[in-house]
Amino acid sequence: MEFKQKHLLGIEPLSPSEITCILDLADKYVQLNRQANKHSNRLVSLTQINMFFENSTRTQASFEIAGKRLGADVMNMAMQASSIKKGETLIDTALTLNAMHPDLLVVRHPHSGAVDLLAQKVNCAVLNAGDGKHEHPTQALLDALTIRRSKGHIKGLNIAICGDIAHSRVARSNILLLRKMGNNIRLIGPPTLVPQGFSQYGCEIYDDMRAGLKDVDVVMMLRLQRERMDGGFIPSEREYYHRYGLNTEKLAYAKEDAIVMHPGPMNRGVEIDGTIADDINRSVIQEQVEMGVAVRMAAMDLLAQNLQKSRLQNPDSTNKKGVLV
Amino acid sequence: MTLFINAKLIDPKNQSSDIGWLRVENGVITARGLKDAPQCDEVVDCEGHCLAPGIIDIGVKIPEPGERHKESFASAGNAAAAGGVTTMVTRPDTLSAIDTPETLEFVTRRATSDSIVKVKHLSALTKERAGAEMVEIGFMKDAGAVAFTDCDHVVQDTKVFIRALTYAKACDALVIGHPQEPILSEGACATSSPKATLQGLPAVSPIAERMEIDRTLALIEMTKASYHFDQVTTARALPALERAKNNGNDITAGVSIHHLVLNQEDVGDYRTFFKIKPPLRSEDDRLAIIKALETGLIDIIASMHTPQDEESKRLPFEQAASGAVGLETFLPAALKLYHSGQLTLPQLFRAMSFNPARRLELAGGDLEVGSPADLVLFDPDAEFILDRFVLKSKSKNTPFDGEKMNGVVCSTWVDGQQVFSKI
Repeated sequence: MEFKQKHLLGIEPLSPSEITCILDLADKYVQLNRQANKHSNRLVSLTQINMFFENSTRTQASFEIAGKRLGADVMNMAMQASSIKKGETLIDTALTLNAMHPDLLVVRHPHSGAVDLLAQKVNCAVLNAGDGKHEHPTQALLDALTIRRSKGHIKGLNIAICGDIAHSRVARSNILLLRKMGNNIRLIGPPTLVPQGFSQYGCEIYDDMRAGLKDVDVVMMLRLQRERMDGGFIPSEREYYHRYGLNTEKLAYAKEDAIVMHPGPMNRGVEIDGTIADDINRSVIQEQVEMGVAVRMAAMDLLAQNLQKSRLQNPDSTNKKGVLV
Repeated sequence: MTLFINAKLIDPKNQSSDIGWLRVENGVITARGLKDAPQCDEVVDCEGHCLAPGIIDIGVKIPEPGERHKESFASAGNAAAAGGVTTMVTRPDTLSAIDTPETLEFVTRRATSDSIVKVKHLSALTKERAGAEMVEIGFMKDAGAVAFTDCDHVVQDTKVFIRALTYAKACDALVIGHPQEPILSEGACATSSPKATLQGLPAVSPIAERMEIDRTLALIEMTKASYHFDQVTTARALPALERAKNNGNDITAGVSIHHLVLNQEDVGDYRTFFKIKPPLRSEDDRLAIIKALETGLIDIIASMHTPQDEESKRLPFEQAASGAVGLETFLPAALKLYHSGQLTLPQLFRAMSFNPARRLELAGGDLEVGSPADLVLFDPDAEFILDRFVLKSKSKNTPFDGEKMNGVVCSTWVDGQQVFSKI
């Protein structure tokens, strides 16, 4: 199966077979990551720059480890302390970095669409590590891999995504991916945090968590994104926990073998009961983190292959400064 | 003395478009007819093209003072002439705002010396457009302000708003407002829709427009002020507007040309040249507004010409500046509605020339004997592909770049003087 993308900006442009292609390769990297020698040379001599315009611990670490295991030269730029503060625009920053000839750019930005904009201005492969409230494709891919390994397949499942959908790029990418693969999606949360427009994209919307969880195979919990909220969307955390926090009683409505997922960081006692998060029979939260490294290795491997192919076909493009033709 | 012959006379007053002739003397239309053209030394053969009253464009942003690098009275005047706009009515949302007779006098002087088309000025309604204290409405009117508006700043304090409306009424002054409930629309750069949700853009419900219209209508009933809504863009706002008009209030409504020919789907993948204020609406809204123009419920079309430099548009969508230039693309964009059969040419010019003149009590906007010879001659069918870099505006932020359009301005006259010629 062929993976044709030049960048990984979102799930939206991917075909189901391209998604499968990433997941299949990621499965192989899971094996590699579990060995004593975790090294591969797929990205040797390539340069990977992680540009995070927004705080990140786990995603940045995951991308860094993924790049290093594949042999890339990895550099982290803390953009919050950088020239952006001195008034440089996003495009100028991109052009500056581009002049250093990176091969893979991993970008997180607080504004929706910013990574697309940046990708138009550079001639390397760009991976979206989260843009505003838009997309976070590698998170959706690692969730898909986790589900597929746990359930044996990723089609026809009933999947509940619960909580702060409105402010979540993880939810958007997951909805797109899981719908493309033919699953049934239920969005559960208070109506102030669940945009009704998602019903047009084939999602069922519930404001009653118990009804929404009935007979689901997968329960995805989301964090309340306080930092993206511009005002009161819920009356209090304790009322939120009472109505939408995942505890044993509510989880009992799901299928007996339903798995519980969370993209992290978790707020125990706000959206999820600590005992569920720690229950190794239900929670796959730690596995999600493990899959994250493998999926990012797979995505960077595939993009690097395409990049090298396009450079062979068009050798001039790497020598020019500035923008790709 | 000049005689225009073989002209398709677009007459918005009588809603006709017959082939005929028109005579101009000393900058004034002195005669017109369909047959038996008189003799004249200077004859312009219009070759069957359309001769219409020049466009009167309410709400042009010319960022003098403050940001002359984006547009000046000279560049805007040239753009207007090339677009068939013979009177620009400028907005006061400059840096600083046009809120004192002194600043108004400055822009009047700049306009008089630099612009090749006529310029009228709007004044701010409150000082610094801050919504706290009204401007000197009487002095501003004496100094030439044709109406009063805080543009996209909505006067939130109802007491201030009532007082300003009451005082304006006593000065016989027209107030123009932007119908957007300010708290709901704060920070929004898209209209609520499934697509905006998926794109993760901060969006505002169309109800914000309806809410502000309802609030303003209540205050107009109370104060009897003369009022114009600058841009009514959603279907849900129309019933309230219709009721208020039928109740005998002195109310008119406008819409921008961009809301008439574009919808929210045109934004595509975060294309910032399509970021305007209010944000583009749904296709249903667009069609409802066109219908309202046809019936006369919406009176006026404006370009809402808003020049922005490249840097302020080359940003992530949320951070990018709002607005689009429109002076030169106004007519070809409007003609899309003619070619699609939705509006006739006299209907278009009723909304672009005739009604603006009546609303602001300006001479012209028609082809009547005695009116100033502010005219545009255009070929509505001539096809061209828009290249934004040939626009005469200093700023090139048009959403129509690369688009095939129909309608080319051949010539423009202001007070009988030719200010633009294609040849």
